[in-house]
Amino acid sequence: MNSTLFVNTFRFILLLALQIIVFNNMNLLGYVSPFPYVLFIILYPVNGNKSALLASSFLLGIIMDLFSNSGGTHATACILLAYVRPTLFKFAFGLSYEYQTIKLNEVLTPQRFTFILLSVVIHHFTLFLLEAFQLSFILDTLLTVLLSTIFTIIICIIIIYLIKPNKR
Amino acid sequence: MQQIFNFIFKNSNRLLFLLLLGISLSLTIQSHSFHRSKIISSANFLSGGVYEKINNVNEYLNLKAQNDALAQENATLKSLLFNKKDTANVKLMDSLKGVKPGDILVSKVIHNSYNVYENYLTINSGELDGVKPDMGVINSLGIVGIVENTSKNYATVISILNKRSQINAKIKKSNHFGSLNWNGKSTGFVQLTDLPRLAMIKIGDTIVTGGQSVIFPENINIGTISKIYRDTQTNFYTLDVKLFNDMTNIGHVYIIKSKDKEEITNLEKREKDE
Repeated sequence: MNSTLFVNTFRFILLLALQIIVFNNMNLLGYVSPFPYVLFIILYPVNGNKSALLASSFLLGIIMDLFSNSGGTHATACILLAYVRPTLFKFAFGLSYEYQTIKLNEVLTPQRFTFILLSVVIHHFTLFLLEAFQLSFILDTLLTVLLSTIFTIIICIIIIYLIKPNKR
Repeated sequence: MQQIFNFIFKNSNRLLFLLLLGISLSLTIQSHSFHRSKIISSANFLSGGVYEKINNVNEYLNLKAQNDALAQENATLKSLLFNKKDTANVKLMDSLKGVKPGDILVSKVIHNSYNVYENYLTINSGELDGVKPDMGVINSLGIVGIVENTSKNYATVISILNKRSQINAKIKKSNHFGSLNWNGKSTGFVQLTDLPRLAMIKIGDTIVTGGQSVIFPENINIGTISKIYRDTQTNFYTLDVKLFNDMTNIGHVYIIKSKDKEEITNLEKREKDE
């Protein structure tokens, strides 16, 4: 239990630092940034404490907002993702997901990919919609969501493969 | 009573979610409303300090570009000094109306965003250096933005690349006023709206800050006209203005303390009260 807590705290800090120092400065085509810090919410243990996940997601989002002057948009997107996460698990892995030991940071199967894709889309859609805050920008917003989602997923998968524990 | 406790225990997750959602949504909405400072902004000890550290590294990597910009500015100033005739065309900062030499603070941008609809810069001087909200921020090429939030050592600046920014601007040669906005599309262009159709304009004309603004002194460069849209419904032009500044690459900036600002605001307030 203690090691899970430690791993998650470490992941929280590391992803946040990476996001702020490296990924926030990546601007593909001038306006597309990846947000791989959502990996914290995605990789959180399946049977972990849900309230703790909500609270830590909120903290994660608020710190992101602090650094990017975006009001509460990151926080909203993060807690929304944290809240719908069980539903996404059910959708991607089938009803009995709680009894399986799902380890997301292993070989990429279609189920795992579906789960990551859905999580990132939900997070980015909320984030960019709230950031634009205007329906007249909807087409631009959707384009940004699409491009950023692709970018984020590529980076997320690279990170997952990089930190994958090598046991064979 | 028992049932209420049961309900709270059963739905603790949902209630926590709703509480946090409420907080973050209200922060979001608050940040999108006009004329209100943000609660969550990067002008604080934590993010200011981190950005300063990051910027120290970045600055080192950009030394060459900064040197070029300084050399360019030096050359302009030298040309002003040597060819006295030029002073009629380009105004020295010191000679701008309402600004005295001591009223300009030099500061450094430690964080700059330009990829969302509401962009902000963070600079490394704050209240201790005399920075207050609503001061104008410019650099050697033209305007950069307006100070919004300040902390002890840092301040955030609304970039001109921000949907919420609205700055009074005019055509340099004709004194027709309009207001400067950004449509969120390109970092190199801003839009000048509400310019009367009577104005004689052509592509390439220079746009400068107007005299109606109490934040910026008059005649600070903004950009040149690159596209003219004629709206048949109204009597106004909308122009695309190509900025002199590259907003994606801003190093040192000047903050202008306008002494006239209080005087003008007080005067206008008195007018309204009467």
